[in-house]
Amino acid sequence: MTKAFIAVILMALVTYIPRVLPLAVFRKEIRSPYIKTFLYYVPYAVLGALTFPDIFSSTGNLYPAICGTGIALLLAYFERSLVVVALGAILTVFLTSFLF
Amino acid sequence: MKQNHFKYGFRRGIPIALGYIPVSFTFGLMAVNGGLPVWLAIFISATNLTSAGQFAGTNLIFASAGYFEIALTTFIINIRYMLMSLSLSQKIDGSVTLLKRLFIGFGVTDEIFSVASMETGKLSASYMFGLISGPFAGWTLGTAAGALICSALPEALSNAMGIALYGMFIAIIIPPARKSKSVLCIVLFAIVINCLLKYAPIFSFISAGFRVIISTITAAGVGAVLFPMKEESDAKEVAK
Repeated sequence: MTKAFIAVILMALVTYIPRVLPLAVFRKEIRSPYIKTFLYYVPYAVLGALTFPDIFSSTGNLYPAICGTGIALLLAYFERSLVVVALGAILTVFLTSFLF
Repeated sequence: MKQNHFKYGFRRGIPIALGYIPVSFTFGLMAVNGGLPVWLAIFISATNLTSAGQFAGTNLIFASAGYFEIALTTFIINIRYMLMSLSLSQKIDGSVTLLKRLFIGFGVTDEIFSVASMETGKLSASYMFGLISGPFAGWTLGTAAGALICSALPEALSNAMGIALYGMFIAIIIPPARKSKSVLCIVLFAIVINCLLKYAPIFSFISAGFRVIISTITAAGVGAVLFPMKEESDAKEVAK
């Protein structure tokens, strides 16, 4: 278990460093409109790439995952909250997993 | 005033905290099923506070991988936080001290970053602490619940919970993508690149973490050329 503990400490460090470094070191205001726009678009691009296509393999079974994704997209389109969208997706996957 | 910032931030963090519970619950289940003691599962969530990175790292611990491989894989998955942290460094009020920044940095997760970066105006330290505290509690307590309940949950339900994290991502990106064509284009572009890197055999050497980084930089980079923002003052006024 000592080995696992050391591994966890290492994981914590390599997670913390990229998060804190720019925030702590970089104080200047970026003037370039290009870089500003780039940074503004980053969260959307990151979340898109994190979600697709990996969402389809997130439940161990493709078809329920597709149904869950559909419901999540629909609920999000109608601007439901994070929790409603997440729970709606879970419930859909759970129920449809008995069909496939 | 400061009290208000904290409260406002905390309120903004509540949906994230609730969304984290099923995800961290799944993590707790997985960690204890794999053989880790309950306290270590909770310790991982409290010190790592990240989804993809700690799931991957924990799987590698189960596979008895070496320290270097575990650290490198986790690091690669987490490099995307550098972009987010850099982006946040532009939003955080200049007067926020280094010590406070060290704490704020700990709380930069995909969701916290997204919510913070969509606020208008500069962000105070109190706001960030408020925003971070709920999700931190949700993530840690969810893990504890999953680790303790462990085997009592039917498999179909624990499988279904795997989609929770992605559901939250969708809930964050769809509303702005609906309102701004440029955001929609960038999201779709990032997804196309990511799929290409994942499924095209010539790119099979690229790990999941790097895939996300390459897709993000390319999509946001090309997007910034195609859809420049009109004025710095209002990020919401992106070219429609």
